Amino acid sequence: MENFEPVIVAFCCHYCAYTAADMAGSQRLPYPSNVKIVRVPCSGNVDALHIVKAFEKGADGVYVAGCLEGDCHFKSGNTKAAKRVAYVQKYLEEIGIEPERLKMVGMSAGMGERFAQVATEITEEIRRMGPSPINAAAA
Amino acid sequence: MITAERKPLEEIIDYIKPFKRILLLGCNECVTVCAAGGRKEVGLLASGLQMTLLKSGSSIEIREHTLERQCDPEYVEELVPMIDSADAVLSMACGCGVQQLAMRFKDKPVFPAVNTKFMGGSERQGVWTERCKGCGDCLLGLTGGICPIAKCAKQLMNGPCGGSTTGKCEISDDVDCAWQLIWDRLKALGLQDRYLEIMPAKDWRPGGGGGPRKIIREDLAE
Repeated sequence: MENFEPVIVAFCCHYCAYTAADMAGSQRLPYPSNVKIVRVPCSGNVDALHIVKAFEKGADGVYVAGCLEGDCHFKSGNTKAAKRVAYVQKYLEEIGIEPERLKMVGMSAGMGERFAQVATEITEEIRRMGPSPINAAAA
Repeated sequence: MITAERKPLEEIIDYIKPFKRILLLGCNECVTVCAAGGRKEVGLLASGLQMTLLKSGSSIEIREHTLERQCDPEYVEELVPMIDSADAVLSMACGCGVQQLAMRFKDKPVFPAVNTKFMGGSERQGVWTERCKGCGDCLLGLTGGICPIAKCAKQLMNGPCGGSTTGKCEISDDVDCAWQLIWDRLKALGLQDRYLEIMPAKDWRPGGGGGPRKIIREDLAE
């Protein structure tokens, strides 16, 4: 437990969070290497199945990072993603995985600092929670 | 379409607990449209079951497959090569599909993973409402295309009851009074005279009151 390093999957929208991650890099802002970024064309494209499979395959935490409210490149992908995240949180609860392990966050392409901050905060929170019950059972 | 909703994981697990190899079957028809038992939901359920069981220290082998239609024998035949490698079948189709599988594979336990709800239509994305009770003697021609059997809680045939207030049914403010809807529509169509036609007590035999129903089309039946 002391050496526990969580695996966190971040589904990042190409138009905001992914670019913000790039921005964080250009600004030389560090963020934890625990966060594994998956670039998606829109946060609305992230399916419940992607999220659930991420947990099944060993993620301790997952977050979907989309555009700020009203800023979605495809109009409403981010609001759809937020609803889907809430739906999957309920399913995770049914499975017996703490719903707090899944989050929806919003940012713009210019928010490199916010990207690094979110990645750090979520990593810390999941680290405090410990391994996901699935990883704990498999260990 | 026939609508359905997934059963709670706990109930599904109770069914399949004694078995090690499960064939989890989706259906590409109605339950795909109402997001209850299509290919995607099969994936979600398989994943959820795997994780729940892993947590309790047991393991299970789940094979996922989705048929074009589970209520049709010709598609169910597709399962012949894979049925022997399963101890039990878990179906995400409506009750018709589950029974089709049980009839075809008599020595295989078949369990439902969804609760079949009603015949309905999409109101908007993610919302389905009951539209038809399958009463076997359609009245929609007399009622302005609005069904008093499916949409009136009392299934009244000749106008609203005293529980209709400002267009709403007494069972809930969220439920429209079917007869208010019928009257408004008949009026808008200039067909108010249809409202005055007294409908006789309904014969429920075509609606299932006469036992299980069957349709035989002589020209098609083999």
